[in-house]
Amino acid sequence: MSALQPSELDRPTLARDRSAADTDLKSVTAALRRAEFGDRMRSLLLAAPLLVLLALSFGIPIVLLLSRAVYDPTIAEALPKTTAALAGWNGQGLPGDDAFAALAADLKDNRAKGTAYELAKSLNARLPGARSQVLKTVRKLESADGQAALEAMKSVPFWSAPTTWPTIQSGTSTLTSFYLLSALDLRWNADGGIERVPPEQAIFVQVFLRTFFVAASVTLATLILGFPLAYVIANVPKGLAAILIVAVLLPFWTSILVRTAAWTVLLQKFGLVNDFLLFIGIASDRLDLMYSRVGLIVAMTHIQLPFTLLPIYSVMRTIPPSQLKAAYSLGARPFTAFRRVYIPQVFPGVMAGCLLTFILCLGYYITPALIGGASDQLISNFIANYVNVELNWEMAAALSFILLVFTLALFGIFARILGLDRLKLM
Amino acid sequence: MLLSPYPTTGERIRIALLWLWCGLVILFLLVPILIPVPLSFNSGAFFIFPLEGLSTRWYEVVVGTQRWQSAIGNSLIVAFGTTLIATTLGTLTAIALSDEKFPGRRIIMPLLLSPLIVPVVITAVGSYLFYARVGLASTYAGIILAHTALASPFVVVTVGASLTGFDRNLMRAAAISGARPVTAFFRVMLPLILPGVLSGAAFAFVTSFDEVVVVQFLASASQRTMPLEMFIGLREKLSPAITAAATLMMALSIVLLVVANLLARRGRKTASR
Repeated sequence: MSALQPSELDRPTLARDRSAADTDLKSVTAALRRAEFGDRMRSLLLAAPLLVLLALSFGIPIVLLLSRAVYDPTIAEALPKTTAALAGWNGQGLPGDDAFAALAADLKDNRAKGTAYELAKSLNARLPGARSQVLKTVRKLESADGQAALEAMKSVPFWSAPTTWPTIQSGTSTLTSFYLLSALDLRWNADGGIERVPPEQAIFVQVFLRTFFVAASVTLATLILGFPLAYVIANVPKGLAAILIVAVLLPFWTSILVRTAAWTVLLQKFGLVNDFLLFIGIASDRLDLMYSRVGLIVAMTHIQLPFTLLPIYSVMRTIPPSQLKAAYSLGARPFTAFRRVYIPQVFPGVMAGCLLTFILCLGYYITPALIGGASDQLISNFIANYVNVELNWEMAAALSFILLVFTLALFGIFARILGLDRLKLM
Repeated sequence: MLLSPYPTTGERIRIALLWLWCGLVILFLLVPILIPVPLSFNSGAFFIFPLEGLSTRWYEVVVGTQRWQSAIGNSLIVAFGTTLIATTLGTLTAIALSDEKFPGRRIIMPLLLSPLIVPVVITAVGSYLFYARVGLASTYAGIILAHTALASPFVVVTVGASLTGFDRNLMRAAAISGARPVTAFFRVMLPLILPGVLSGAAFAFVTSFDEVVVVQFLASASQRTMPLEMFIGLREKLSPAITAAATLMMALSIVLLVVANLLARRGRKTASR
């Protein structure tokens, strides 16, 4: 540090020094920035392999699946002539003869290419009963040409039914909202509005409600069972707490499948749960617990209990007992102290545990498949069923889409109000 | 600690009831997972207590029959493959993310965790759809890839936790001393974060070994893993062999996860020293 005051120095020198220092500083900053940029690139390079792998093995499959919910080119590709013929149709009444002729020609082409069955199946997904009608018409068209083909078309009443042509027209556009609406038991009506499907065709709203109901029941049950235990674990001496926490972690570390298997053993008609109920006299006869809603909720509660308990416990552990003592010393009765001092502080933990359990319950598949009855299947089971049994990818995709929206929305709430750090259970 | 300083009788009763309730909850937690253990040693073919006698016949079925043997083999192939890839790539990613200046950290972390959030059926169905197109369905590679997506978040999180206390100046010191980045990683960083890495590997192994939904969609008949064999067995006919398989799987995952958690704890301690 110079002993001279700046005012005593001659001005130009000072200015020169300053600008030299500035250039130095600039080049240092630039060098630092370059180095940091290199660091950053190296970091990106380190993370890249996993990110690329996840994009390929997880990202693309999910996007591809979801796209199937709104993108269905089967009908448009199978009926190019009809698509062209219907381009100017206003959707009222029946289209002109040229559309009938075009459809007849398309159907014949499909028969020749061997794609008639696929088309029939695809139409059937949108218009129940269409499969047999399409195949019947294809057979009739076999030996008919020109005017005869047109007559053959007209002779099948299905092609003159009021819903047939609007469905075909909506099918000729490759983008469709049909499956997403169906997943919510909705459909387009003739006036271009959205309406509920008739009650006898409605399936999915009920399944979603059932899924929510089971998830809510399980969440509530885990809270009632888990909250007192978490409180005890957080407030007993260390050694005892360690033993109790192991009792929570042992089931937590056992796979869902193994625990479900254990419950299928326990819930049998001559299984231990029935033995126990008879022994204490709650039930007078052996109950059918397997393939029942109650059995499903009990098993899911067992599996989810640690997920609810651990976040609550991790918050309770941080609340010093001296706070309650302070409340007592100020004259609060135990219940008041608990309600006014303890509960507000544990609340984030309770929210985290309950939200986590609720979200995980929405996606349950294994346990309902093995323990639930036909009327206890949750939305995931329907998705699997549409893929495995019905081979209706579009419907599976639409249901996945809706389920994913609910799941991500709830996780958004979770991350927003609680932060992602609360996801750490240990 | 549970009682207030001057407990009334009413409070004593409440605390006694609290303990009773907790005792019942503990029983509810532990009894179901312990029940298959004695049943798997039953010599009879039914799931009824009292046991007819002790025998290891059901374990002989699991270890001795071709069906279960190939299932165990498949499980090991898939789990080891998954562990290898998920641990390697997950560790690299965790190191990258531990750098505070990593661009887009706040976006990438939720994306990395998303395989844990998306309902597993959606993952399974999506993988089936895509992998079938690119010829990966019914291959070990396909199953391993799908499992890697599910397992790698655990590695990123555990290794990330052990890196929070890692002093980056050590790497600078190594660089100044002339070590190349790779040498510095293997000689300085890896030994320090090794507990976290091993713990992540154990989590990855268990995730893959216990997984059944993705396997159900991706595996061909000859690629059935142990959990899938159990799942199919539970759907068809309940055989005590399943309790034996369940006991084996439970023992393996509990042992591995105990180790994983001890290592993770040690990793955090070493790192924060």
